[in-house]
Amino acid sequence: MAEMLYREALNRAIDECMAADPNVVMLGEDVGLYGGSYRVSEGLVSKYGEKRLIDTPIAELSIVGNAIGMAIGGLRPIAEIMTANFSLLAFDQIINHMAKYRYMSAGKLTLPMVVRFPQGVSKQLAAQHSESYEQMLSAVPGIRVFAAGDPNYAYHALKKAILMDDPVVFIEHELLYNKKGEVDLDAEVDPFKARIVKEGEDLTIVSYLKMVDDVMAAVPEIEKQTGKSCEVIDLQSLNPFDTGTLKASIEKTGRLVVVEEDHKMGGYGAQVVSWAAESLFYALDAAPLRIAGENVPIPYNRKLELASIPTPDKIAAKIIEWGANNGL
Amino acid sequence: MDKLTAEEIYYTMALGRKFEYAAKEHYMTGEISGFLHLDIGQEALSVAAMKAFDHGDVFTTYREHIMAIARGIEPKAVMAELFGKKTGVSEGRGGSMHLFDPSHFFYGGDAIVGGHLPNAVGCAYARKFQESEHGVMAVFGDGATNGGAFFESLNIASAWKLPILFLCENNRYAIGTEITRVAPFLEQAKKAEPYMPTMEVDGNDAVAVYEAIKEAQAYIQKGHGPLFIEAFTYRWEGHSMSDPGSYRSPEEIEIWKRRDPIERMKTVLKERYGVSDAQIEALDQKAQTAVDEAVAFASESPEPEVSELFEHLFVEEVTHG
Ligand SMILES: Cc1ncc(C[n+]2csc(CCOP(=O)(O)OP(=O)(O)O)c2C)c(N)n1
Ligand SMILES: [Mg+2]
Repeated sequence: MAEMLYREALNRAIDECMAADPNVVMLGEDVGLYGGSYRVSEGLVSKYGEKRLIDTPIAELSIVGNAIGMAIGGLRPIAEIMTANFSLLAFDQIINHMAKYRYMSAGKLTLPMVVRFPQGVSKQLAAQHSESYEQMLSAVPGIRVFAAGDPNYAYHALKKAILMDDPVVFIEHELLYNKKGEVDLDAEVDPFKARIVKEGEDLTIVSYLKMVDDVMAAVPEIEKQTGKSCEVIDLQSLNPFDTGTLKASIEKTGRLVVVEEDHKMGGYGAQVVSWAAESLFYALDAAPLRIAGENVPIPYNRKLELASIPTPDKIAAKIIEWGANNGL
Repeated sequence: MDKLTAEEIYYTMALGRKFEYAAKEHYMTGEISGFLHLDIGQEALSVAAMKAFDHGDVFTTYREHIMAIARGIEPKAVMAELFGKKTGVSEGRGGSMHLFDPSHFFYGGDAIVGGHLPNAVGCAYARKFQESEHGVMAVFGDGATNGGAFFESLNIASAWKLPILFLCENNRYAIGTEITRVAPFLEQAKKAEPYMPTMEVDGNDAVAVYEAIKEAQAYIQKGHGPLFIEAFTYRWEGHSMSDPGSYRSPEEIEIWKRRDPIERMKTVLKERYGVSDAQIEALDQKAQTAVDEAVAFASESPEPEVSELFEHLFVEEVTHG
């Protein structure tokens, strides 16, 4: 066990993979000399040199496009996009190229690569720096999508992602980089499995990334007001998602709430709810509840910004109200 | 440049710098948040370019407070936006990076590097279409010249002979990356040479910037097609308030501080236009007052209401469906 920050866990995962395999390279804006905008690659350039920690120009299409070419050429690239919103410039490469080369070539091409980026509402970064794209990326066949909610998963899943022969989009949250947590360095972690953050009997709350913390902050109030116990699940892997863990939990509790930060329309939680409605209809005692961001670009003003996304207070209030109306 | 213009430019530069230091101060207290990109050291370029380009639309980036003010947007409305207030130019929705005011033909804050360049080209198409005497000025950093949007914009603007002036503010750095580490040369105008005439100007010399932009404006107005100006300058502060800036040596910063554009303009006022120290002092004082008033206005202004969250998303409200 080691206590470390989320960004340190990511750094350690990359460091260990680079030490173990000379073909692992990392590219992106300010990842080398600067050490990364969120300090994820801090110190790595002095260990592995500029040949492996590649500072790129501001050219996201090329960052991902070059990573694909590097992977075809036999390297194991980690492409860092500074913020989720800029990944849109690379969506053509991610969706038309990275996700499809293997399938289109009948498995002859293999792309062992990772595209990492932080996303989500941080603090007043406004509409072009605050969005979340897991829903769009999870809709694309051919990509694994991981979302790291704590240092332990960040460390293990990033290592697995780098070692994996399939392309992975690895999503981080801007407000988690300084989150501290225990990392069990020797544990065997399956990156495709969800994590039960807290066990409970009466209600399953599914979330991922920073919303897991917000849910956990809301749980005492929910349990106090309803007298019921919540089971909280961090999905971690978004595509595929761990239906086994979800099924067992929902069959136990009979109730499902999904909490996500992205816009509600077309949001990722819709996928979880639709799956539950299709496959666990008779296990559910009430209609599921989705708590998500509003369908509005993220505004700068702090009050409006917080009004646009779920917060612990709102999560608690919505679940308590829903519970009261649904016989919880 | 006449004396009045010279004084106006000096005044706006002084105001701009005081504005930026005030913004920095109120960032420290938490009244301003998010990403705050200061323009200190680059005032000559920001102010003189806006004052010279008086017949057209301006598209620029997130480092745009001074440009917005020089363009005619009230310092109060800019500061209030930084404070996230209802009285801000974007009603608190945009913040420092997103200052837009079509009444001043100012489409300030795009924070996707290079992303506004195709928009500027499209607007130039519209102006040509309308046979307007307006052209377009697209302002961007050295860092934006490495992206696809930049090259696409050069190509389209020149293929269609559009009335657009590309103004590259080369301050040598894109956050922590020195331009020469990710481009084959320092002068980004070289990238535009195959497409259009290019000019180089000392971005810390307000008079030179003003004259170059005036000449460029006349050129694009005549329908000759696009033009490219590269202005060399330097930001004294970090990229944004969250940048420790350790990638630049103190010596390098010192060299550029000695090329202070405001001191240079002060000398021009005195030597070329016979403006007295007392008159300059009065301009500085007036600038300080304007900034103090902007801060007072911003801090006293109300915040937007949560009930306004969905306002301004669409022109037409749809209540059914
Ligand atoms: C497409 C995109 N990629 C990355 C960023 C992050 N970013 C913001 S400003 C910046 C540097 C831009 O440098 P430059 O164009 O030289 O302008 P300067 O900040 O020096 O004025 C970067 C990389 C962004 N905003 N948009
Ligand atoms: Mg620059």
